[in-house]
This record gives sequence, structure tokens and C-alpha cells, in this order.
Amino acid sequence: MSVALNATEAGGFRRFLSDYAESPTAVVGLVLCILIVMTALIGPWFTPQNPYDLRALDLMDSRLPPGEVGTTGITHWLGTDDQGRDLLSAIVYGLRISLGVGVVAGVLALLIGTTVGITAAYFGGRVDTVIMRVVDFQLSFPAILLALILLAVLGQGVDKIVIALVAVQWAYFARTVRSAAVVEREREYIEAARSLGLSHRRVMFGHLMPNCTAPLIVVATIQVANAIALEATLSFLGLGMPVTQPSLGLLIANGFQYILSGRYWISTFPGIALLLVIVSINLVGDRIRDVLNPRLQR
Amino acid sequence: MTLFLLRRLLQGAIVVVVMSLVVFIGVYAIGNPVDILINPDATPEIKQQAIERLGLDRPFLEQYGTFVVRALQGDLGRSFIYDEPALKLILQAMPATLELAIASMVLALVFGIPLGMAAGYWPDSWGANVIMTGSILGFSLPTFWVGLMLIVLFSVELGWLPSGGRGETVVVFGVPLSFLTWNGLTHLFLPALNLALFKISLVIRLTRAGMRETLQQDYIKYARSKGLSRHRVVFVHAFRNILIPIVTVLGLEIGSVIAFAVVTETVFSWPGMGKLIIDSINVLDRPVVVAYLMLTVVMFVVINLLVDLTYSLVDPRVRLGGRPR
Repeated sequence: MSVALNATEAGGFRRFLSDYAESPTAVVGLVLCILIVMTALIGPWFTPQNPYDLRALDLMDSRLPPGEVGTTGITHWLGTDDQGRDLLSAIVYGLRISLGVGVVAGVLALLIGTTVGITAAYFGGRVDTVIMRVVDFQLSFPAILLALILLAVLGQGVDKIVIALVAVQWAYFARTVRSAAVVEREREYIEAARSLGLSHRRVMFGHLMPNCTAPLIVVATIQVANAIALEATLSFLGLGMPVTQPSLGLLIANGFQYILSGRYWISTFPGIALLLVIVSINLVGDRIRDVLNPRLQR
Repeated sequence: MTLFLLRRLLQGAIVVVVMSLVVFIGVYAIGNPVDILINPDATPEIKQQAIERLGLDRPFLEQYGTFVVRALQGDLGRSFIYDEPALKLILQAMPATLELAIASMVLALVFGIPLGMAAGYWPDSWGANVIMTGSILGFSLPTFWVGLMLIVLFSVELGWLPSGGRGETVVVFGVPLSFLTWNGLTHLFLPALNLALFKISLVIRLTRAGMRETLQQDYIKYARSKGLSRHRVVFVHAFRNILIPIVTVLGLEIGSVIAFAVVTETVFSWPGMGKLIIDSINVLDRPVVVAYLMLTVVMFVVINLLVDLTYSLVDPRVRLGGRPR
């Protein structure tokens, strides 16, 4: 039984992949995504410099334009920032922080939002009404405003920005999973599970939730991209990451004051990196949505 | 309808109370309120006086009560930096933000509608592909970085437009306005465009969808078969019918434009509410922060109420309390 199940699952996955590959842009997005994650994971072993090792830095090298060779003998392909850090290296390290914060916040929001959404759908009635009122209400506020309120109250720090991002994003997951679970709840296998006398928790998370994952994958992908963009924006405004943890947003903010004097590269290159991250994740998310959408299937 | 309105008003009131509690607890109870509310450079005597004056030695609920009563009277504290009522500072900065928001709405319509109509009229052309790809970029690019790139391109490299500030203003009915002078207009254009990018993408999508749907309708086919020119069919018969939903949706977006103005105003040093709040957070001018947050929450509750009312007029199911599944 389990062997047969695995076989169909593997077949389903293969079909999913071949459906996915029908869009060349989406394949480019996926390849880019994989490259970005690989860079973030193993990049620091290959960067020309550790940008946070103060001994490796020389203030003489500050604000060198792209392609210039610094006093340490390193060619700075993307130039250097105001502290003489090699921008390419700083971007690789910043990528780790941006991706890390985005993924952690996305996963936490996924866990919280899914639990809340499944609870609302499973119990229905008053529980559902109250929970979804809160969700609808929260979604009627722009994300940036909620994050601003939270950070103004909580102050600065990595933990605080993760809290703010999770608080902004859980509602999207709750709404998505609820609308899927409300349909699934009426199916016979749920009734069967209930009549076996299984606990509410077991039915909710063992039976109901696994059948609501398809839309969740899509929302999770897009929300990770949104979390990364929001974190960058907040860091740019000076409300996000502390200086000791320079994400891509903070790197861009550092270059802001030099833009008017024509030193465009300090802000531009981290920005392009940020852009590639966000666009590639969105491309993948969009394609997964199209492939999983039964209405678009031929 | 009255019951619906009352219920929504009550919900709005609850939200304002909850938010005021969150902000109050955050600012007054987490951390040392003395550090937050009293200028750290003050002498111990002045600090003691201020503690008594602000009632920080009172029980928590009493403090919250005083805060609410004062807030209802329009007193949201005094700024440390400017030594003026916080509310006054915000209201002074408000016209600049509103001008920017309205200008970006106008740009969203001016750019979004023609592009969306073109993409909807020739849906399979390469031009439509370019427009739709552009709108995806408009949705996913971070506003602040696009703003920086606009400055790099138009101010630093080309030198066509100023990089920030508001420029010359003309005072109309006591409100300074930028768009009435040439200099002010040049200052307004880049920030307004930056803030508008997201909304341009939205309008393009709405217009394209509306255009494609409308062109299938019988009255369009009828207008065509009457032998009317293509120009007249598109710009009179179709255009009128797609315009209403677009303007409605855009009107509902004004709140989010004001919220996102925080980013654009910081990039372009535009002296509005958004720049004020960011500056205030950075220099720990907490009364201004509290005042801004409370004011924005109230504003959003009002906007959401208007949205709900609009929807309930359009779609009676909303009013009857049924939640569409």
C-alpha cells in the first residue's frame, strides 16, 4: 500500500516538474534561486575578503569604483563601500542575513498562520468568525504600517524585526489555509477520521492539514520574497537590522549618502542583488501557482 | 443598513482602543518611560517634576485613562525636539504628504490607463508582453531602491530633476502647495513617480482585465456593427465602463499610498508626515511617534469603514453578514 502510494507520489512530482519546465522564464527563475541559495550557503568560503574582519580592511580602499585594485591587492570588481569593504564580499554576507531573516520569518509565519487557519476552519462557527475578523482586519492595514508600529514600540534588533515580519505575515497564511480547509472539512475522509474517535488535534493536523498544503506552498514562496523586501525597506529606513548585521537593505542605506556625489555603486549593486532575489523567488512562486491551479490544467 | 453601520462603527472603536493600548503599553510600560518621555539631557529636578506632571507615579490604568482623556481633547503630548504639540507638527506635515499621494494617484491613472488599454486591446502583441512584464517588476521591485535609482539616473547622471526637497511652494488657503510653481513641479515629479510605480502596475492590470472583458460584451459588438470608428468604440463605449471600477479601487488605495509615502519621503527628503515619523523614531521623539501612530490608526479605521460601506452598497451579501466561501 505504502509502496504504491510512493510510486504515484513520485510520478506526480515528475509530472509537476515537467509542467513547471514548460515556462522557460520560470526555469531561469528556479536556476537563479538555487544559485542564490548556494551563494548564501557556501559563498563566504569563496569571497575575496571577509568584510567584517577589521584587519582585512584598509580605509585607504574606501569608495573605490568597480574594477579598481585596492592596497591589499584585491581587485574590487563591484567597488568598495565607505569603510573599504569589498562590495562583492559584503553582498554575499548580506545575502546570508537577508535570506536568513526572510526564511525564518516566513517559516514562523507559516506555522502560526497554518495553525490558526486550520483551527478556524475545523471548528467553524463563532471561533471561525472571530479569527477571520481579526485576519481580515489585519489585512486591511498595509504591511509597512503594521511593521512600523511594532518596530516603533519594540525597538531595534534581529529578533524584533523577525517578530514584526511574522506579525505582518501570519494572516496571509491563515486566510489561505482556511479557505482550503473549509472545503476539505466536508470530505468523507475527515468524517471517517472523526468517527474513528481520533482527537481533534489528530484530525486537524494529521488529516486536514496535509490536504491543504498546495496553496500554502505558493503563499509561502511569495511571502518569503515579501519578507525579504520588507526587511530591506525597514533596514533602509533605519528601523530594521542593527549595523553589526548588515543585510542587503542596510548596505543600500549605507550607500545612500554617496549617491549624490556620483558614487552610485555602493547602493546599486546590493540593490541589484536584492532585486534578483525577489524577482527569482516571485517567478518560481508564480509558476508553482499556475501549475497547481486545476483551472489552468489542460 | 443602520445595524450594519452601527456594528462596523463599534468594531472600529474597539480597534482604536486596542491599538491605543498596544501603543500605550509599548511606549509607557516597556522600558523606562522616564527615559522615553523626558529629555535625557534634563537635570534630576526637572526629571522629578516631569514625572509628577506626567503622572508616571500613578497606577497603570489611571495613566492610561489620563492618556485617553487627553488624546480625546487633541493633546497627544509635546515634541522634545521642536517643543511644540505633537499633533500640530503632524498636521503641519500632512499637506505635503497628501499632495504627494494625490500626485502619485494622478500619475497612476495617466500612465496606467493608456498602457493597460493597449495591453488589453492587443493582448498577444509583444508590446503587451513588455507592458505586463513591466507591471510585474513594478509589483516586485522595492520602492526605496527604485527611488534611489531614479535619483541616480535623473538627478546625478542626467541632471534633469532635483534629487529631493519640496522646492518653491505657493500658499493657497494657508496650505503650501508645490504643484503650482515650475520649480515645485520638478521637485514633485520624481517622488510622485516613485510612489506611483506600484499603483501604475495595479491600474495596468485592472485596465487590461476590464478591457478584455468589456470588448467581449454585446454592446461593443453592436457599436462595432453600427459601423462606428474603432476610436469611438474604444474610447467612448469601452472606456467609460472600465473607468468606474478603476477609480473605485484606486480611491480605496489612498490609505496604502499614504503609508508607503514613509519610504518615498525618506528617499527624497520630502517634508511630509512619513519623513517626520522616521526622523522622530530615529531621534527618539516618542510623543510625535505616538501621535502619528494613533492618528494613522484612526485614519485607517475611517478608510476601512468607507471601504466596507462602498462594498455593502455594491454587494448586498456583505451587509447581510454572509461570509462568501
